[in-house]
Amino acid sequence: MDYLLSEQQIMIRDLCRQITEEKIKPVAAELDKTEEFPHSVVKVMADADLFGLFIDEQYGGMGGGILDLCIATEEFSRGCAGIALAYAGTALGVDPILIAGNDEQKAKYLPRVAKGTLCAFGITEPGAGSDAGGTQTTAKKEGDHYILNGTKCFITNGGEADIYTVVAMTDKSRGARGASMFIVEKGTPGFTFGKKEEKLGIRASATRELIFQDCKIPKENLLGKEGQGFIIAMRTFDMSRPGIGAQAVGIAQGSLDAALEYAKQRVQFGKPISSFQGIQFMLADMATQIEAARALVYAAARQIDAGVKDVTRSSAMAKLFASDMAMRVTVDAVQIFGGYGYIKEYPAEKYMRDAKITQIYEGTNQIQRNIIARDLIRERSSGVV
Amino acid sequence: MNIVVCIKQVPDTTQVRIDPVTNTLIREGVQSIINPFDVYAIEEGVRLKERFGGKVTVITMGPPQAEAVLRESISMGCDEGVLVSDRAFAGSDTLATGYTLARAINKIKDVDMIICGKQASDGDTAQVGPGIATQLDIPQVTYVKKIEEIANGKAKIERMTEEGFEIVETSMPCLITVVKEINEPRIPSLKGRMAAKKAVILAWKAIDLDIEENRLGLTGSPTWVSKIFTPPPRPKGQMFEGDPEESATNLVDLLKNHIG
Repeated sequence: MDYLLSEQQIMIRDLCRQITEEKIKPVAAELDKTEEFPHSVVKVMADADLFGLFIDEQYGGMGGGILDLCIATEEFSRGCAGIALAYAGTALGVDPILIAGNDEQKAKYLPRVAKGTLCAFGITEPGAGSDAGGTQTTAKKEGDHYILNGTKCFITNGGEADIYTVVAMTDKSRGARGASMFIVEKGTPGFTFGKKEEKLGIRASATRELIFQDCKIPKENLLGKEGQGFIIAMRTFDMSRPGIGAQAVGIAQGSLDAALEYAKQRVQFGKPISSFQGIQFMLADMATQIEAARALVYAAARQIDAGVKDVTRSSAMAKLFASDMAMRVTVDAVQIFGGYGYIKEYPAEKYMRDAKITQIYEGTNQIQRNIIARDLIRERSSGVV
Repeated sequence: MNIVVCIKQVPDTTQVRIDPVTNTLIREGVQSIINPFDVYAIEEGVRLKERFGGKVTVITMGPPQAEAVLRESISMGCDEGVLVSDRAFAGSDTLATGYTLARAINKIKDVDMIICGKQASDGDTAQVGPGIATQLDIPQVTYVKKIEEIANGKAKIERMTEEGFEIVETSMPCLITVVKEINEPRIPSLKGRMAAKKAVILAWKAIDLDIEENRLGLTGSPTWVSKIFTPPPRPKGQMFEGDPEESATNLVDLLKNHIG
């Protein structure tokens, strides 16, 4: 399907496809096995100007938007969703600065990100996942500084990133309205990393704890105002969720590409299995589902880029639909591979393992349904249709 | 440093087909690419510029559509592209091509180093690079795998041999042809690709060059391709069974009969 991409977007797609073919696919299986972080691929992405894609030109970026980011994430994920996450996780980590950063903060951090400095976003805690209101990490103001205490868990790019955007409570008595967003740099005294998780999928991605013990940061590192932490976090998710959708579309497309190739070569009963209707119907359904998800993801991304005010529902829909689709499609891809789909020598099972996380992170799909339903009901009761 | 990189547009080697009647390449429907060895030449040129400063001019001789490979070179970091293209050049063999390119390079003043790929993937002659150096009367170093240092108008260079490598010191300007061991070519960046799209490609015809007409194209080409074919597979040899003495006798008899 033709999505009427701009000349520059087609250029981005071709560039990312080349990186995926030449640099990601050859190492994907190995990094999946070793759980090694893909520093060399990150460097290739950085040298190709891709970390600047979503950053304003005045800060050394390319001035692109969410659709550009989605195109890149989708292409990388076609090769390896774990490697793609080093890239997409940086976009998530820098979003709070793009959304709420003042001129000084933008001038200080964005040029570094545009050159390939990795970022990470820290909201989840052991006791605060879907219920982010249960955040225990605190930030206490003392003179010109804030003192952070607490632990974040499951943080993508944890330990590998240099710049972290972190939610901490500045006033616990105010509940969600007492949360604030801070920039914390790696190397700040009192900021260390806990255990690195061993995961089912996206194993080339680093997922790690962030530990703050009397971590002292300058007050200039507060993003927006005190108490705006959750608002900034929600706006961050509005911007980033189409990216998860794009990752899911890429994973699904990668598994379909592999399944199609296999079905054409695998001979049973004297014919390639692609000549059997049972396989053909599966391939046709997979391709159709992927296309529908891609259309929704791109539409949601375009809405954000066009400056539409309320994108919460469509962002949630893009993430929800694409990730559920990816899970179904990758399971079917394993089925087409038959016994070979179940063993690690072939790529199908990895796509299936990688797909699962897209239904869980950046808000489980149950939370996405809550968001969508709440928005539907509120719209109806306010009389605006 | 003022660097010139010579490149050639070739059909994607994975899809080469020969017209059995005319013995020429079938270009229809075949994707054209930069000769794979020339990509290493481009990368080396850009790396030298990044190390020593200066400018990289990329030059190709070919039909108008060869402009595409010049743009791709610019996306990798070359500064300027020159397309040497004229009907008068059609049918050039390696001698005429070397002559024409040498005249074009002569038009670019004060060149310090010319870099070529070791050979083209379609013709496989490895003659054009050395031909250019001969026409320009400058030193040449072929099969280069490393440029060790460049200082005081001299270059210290490692060249591959079948047994190992040689270290050669040459004065500059010089011409080198490079092998794929010399570097790992970069993937053109987004900014590079955008610059390449906008770049103005210079087009030089025969009249733009200080050139002798009878040395161009078919007229200037003492060689031509009479036939291109895939050699038939070697027929199976005859094995002699039995003890060595008997086998040797049988072999000698057979050879005698064969000679007559």
